[in-house]
Amino acid sequence: MSTLLIAEQVLNGLQLGVTLFLMAAGLTLVFGVMGLINLAHGSLYMIGAFCCAFVSVETGSFLLGLVAGMAGAAIAGAVLEVVVMQRLYARDHLDQVLATFALILIASEGTRWVFGDVPLFLDVPQAFAGTVELVGGLTYSKYRLLIIFVGLVVALGLYWLIARTRLGMRIRAGESDREMIAALGVNIRLVYTIVFALGAALAGLAGSMVGALSSVQVGMGEPVLILAFVVIVIGGIGSIKGALIGAVLVGLVDTLGRVFLPSFFQLFMNSSDATTIGSSLASMAIYVVMAIVLAVRPQGLFPATGTSSA
Amino acid sequence: MTDAMEPILQINHLSKRFGAVQASDDVSLTVLPGRLHALIGPNGAGKSTLISQISGFLMPDAGQIFLKGRDVTHLSAERRVHMGLGRSFQVSNLLLEWSARRNVMLAVQARRGGSFRFFKNVWKDAELRAAAEAALQKVGLQDRADIRAMELSHGERRQLEFACALALEPAILVLDEPMAGLGPEGTAEMTAFLEELKHSIPILLVEHDMDAVFRLADEISVLVYGRIIASGPPETIRQSVAVQEAYLGSSSDAA
Amino acid sequence: MTREFWVSVVVLVGLPVAAFIAHITGETYIINLLTRMIVLGLAGIGLNFALGYGGMVSFGHAAFFGLGAYVAGIAAFHAFDDSLIVSMPFELGGTNQMLLIWLIAIFLAAVLAFLIGLISLRTSGVYFIMITLAFAQMLYYFAISWPAYGGEDGLSIYLRNEFPGVQTDKAFSFFLLCFAILLLVLLLCWRFINARFGAALQGARMNALRLSSIGIAPFPVKLTAFVISAMIVALAGALYGELNGFVSPSNLSWHMSGELIIFVILGGVGRLVGPLIGAIVFVLLETYLGGLTDRWQFFLGLILLATVLFANGGIMGLIGGRTRHD
Repeated sequence: MSTLLIAEQVLNGLQLGVTLFLMAAGLTLVFGVMGLINLAHGSLYMIGAFCCAFVSVETGSFLLGLVAGMAGAAIAGAVLEVVVMQRLYARDHLDQVLATFALILIASEGTRWVFGDVPLFLDVPQAFAGTVELVGGLTYSKYRLLIIFVGLVVALGLYWLIARTRLGMRIRAGESDREMIAALGVNIRLVYTIVFALGAALAGLAGSMVGALSSVQVGMGEPVLILAFVVIVIGGIGSIKGALIGAVLVGLVDTLGRVFLPSFFQLFMNSSDATTIGSSLASMAIYVVMAIVLAVRPQGLFPATGTSSA
Repeated sequence: MTDAMEPILQINHLSKRFGAVQASDDVSLTVLPGRLHALIGPNGAGKSTLISQISGFLMPDAGQIFLKGRDVTHLSAERRVHMGLGRSFQVSNLLLEWSARRNVMLAVQARRGGSFRFFKNVWKDAELRAAAEAALQKVGLQDRADIRAMELSHGERRQLEFACALALEPAILVLDEPMAGLGPEGTAEMTAFLEELKHSIPILLVEHDMDAVFRLADEISVLVYGRIIASGPPETIRQSVAVQEAYLGSSSDAA
Repeated sequence: MTREFWVSVVVLVGLPVAAFIAHITGETYIINLLTRMIVLGLAGIGLNFALGYGGMVSFGHAAFFGLGAYVAGIAAFHAFDDSLIVSMPFELGGTNQMLLIWLIAIFLAAVLAFLIGLISLRTSGVYFIMITLAFAQMLYYFAISWPAYGGEDGLSIYLRNEFPGVQTDKAFSFFLLCFAILLLVLLLCWRFINARFGAALQGARMNALRLSSIGIAPFPVKLTAFVISAMIVALAGALYGELNGFVSPSNLSWHMSGELIIFVILGGVGRLVGPLIGAIVFVLLETYLGGLTDRWQFFLGLILLATVLFANGGIMGLIGGRTRHD
């Protein structure tokens, strides 16, 4: 097992981690501020990817595609928030789960209707195609490095937004005391819509960037959504810091588990059995991590109690 | 008074800290059979924290709690109830969708056991019904047995809570502000009720209504910043300088 | 008798009558459709025991449903080619006896639910929803990546398993078998809910603090209900595998968990027969909407959304009147 391979896999894990963070940040904000559990967040990821793929192909510019992906998801998110979500904030979690599950059905079939059943293909932008040599002879995909970079920039930006800006102050106030902020005359509805659209834009960004690594198709948001749930449960629902740490943890465990668990089992059994058992266990690894975290800390690693721990 | 009387509830040197706040600071008190011990103190003095520790929803950092001579400090809230610790809550804590009778019947069931019986119809169980009727009778709610808890008035819900607590046949009652929100007439009725009740069941009473406290209590402890600053019979407390300064003096209009 | 009671009677009499008519007129397709309603309804009734009566919003009951289906599939697979499931440390072969399969499915589901519940019930609210979802996903990915039983492709049950005295491969006989199980489970659930256990369980849903303060610990009560619920769902899963002659990871997927919740909510949360009505409506929509357009899930989504937003209480809430609590 060479150091180079380990380093490469760690970077892969990090790339998955920041992608998950982009998804988890929106989920955890929406839950922390509005108390809403939104299963349709994966649909916003998908909508972003489709908008990005469509505009990139039409204009030939990946950058424009990326902007379109974020904008498309943000607009879809804002419309959803105003039309449906606002009616769900006061409901119990069961209603929220079912209503947003219904939205997934609508969004998935709706997208099939518009774009057909065939997946779209989105190319990695020319400037970031190929690999770059890093320290110690390690070569790594430029585009994946870009994703890691963008993810970390977004994390810093979110931290700044919530800790330092007026909107962030309102978000924090909304988390701790909804009535108070309403009494202060802040237009809480508008804050909610903005928070939801912001989360949607981040999901759209994630979908657009990942879309170029795999294909853009209906249902692409669902596995990511469930991983993002695992992330925010591990991190503590409502906490941006928890989302970041949870995302990196999940990304690393999942990626490294898939690579190294089969080799680990080869140490003491024949190779085909080892591959089977190793990869089966690897696919379960993050859920085991989550179960352990929750068994020890039922509120996650960084429980957000009233005030934001961002 | 004989010193041989064994305390029903005894608290020894209880301490609990939340970060920088010392919520309970070396608190000791006892409740004797047939007596009513009142716990008074300004808001934020740590009365609720103390009740939570006594009833087992909060673990103390140090100190012991004895119920009928047995150390219950590390027992669960449910175990303490089975050993005879009954309590009422500041805010009504009922099964609002259920009728008054069903609320009490569940308490009777809790007392008699059998929550893992799967077949016999519980709502037609004559034993449970009779015990529930008796408890409702005791608090004067027998005519409202079929009304859902959410449709009862505030005062009636208080009575229903008492019926549930009595159905548990407790050895002691810990009451968290039973007069709150009752109005003058309700308070007078509740005071008369407790005056009668304390002879059969000793009571630890947390209450803001000073008239009621001084009328009912055999002993009063004053809690300020988590610490008991004075403890003794009502006359002693009324005359205590420390209490006047720390508590009664600051709100002379309340007394 | 309440209106809910009469609605339930109509449904429970209507189903076998419809199946009998279909049997006489030789409409096997209709009988299978009715069987599908019953089996899915049974799963919904199982979930409702935890969700409706115990207030545990499990988004992972597909784990138990799929487990039941796979037990039926794996047992039949080994019985078919006479091979062993386990050779070490003891020998265990397949079986084609439904009764034995059901017992194994129910037992395994109970063990699994006990373990999942032990961890999940320490949490509440949205954590509970997500952790149950995650456990189901764990099983789902395991089924996909474990090649011995078809992996992603699933597993066929070539010959329907056997039940003493019943020609299980005949559609109407199998329908009656499933219907008998449905009635038995309904009877048991009805007894459980109205027994002391049920009173404690509903108390735990409404106000766990109240339950603690009268001396009943909510945790063991809820855990028991969670386990019972999983056992019913696993039984339904085993029947579902038999009905389709096929089991696959999709039986374990989170869409399946979502559908189970749909049956419960569509029919009415905390109504004994509600989930059956939910399943009937769901299968009708799936069949007839699906016959009209390939995009039927789009309209299903709209209907569900409208149900949640505007018809709280489900179908039973609309036609069955208020629940009684004397």
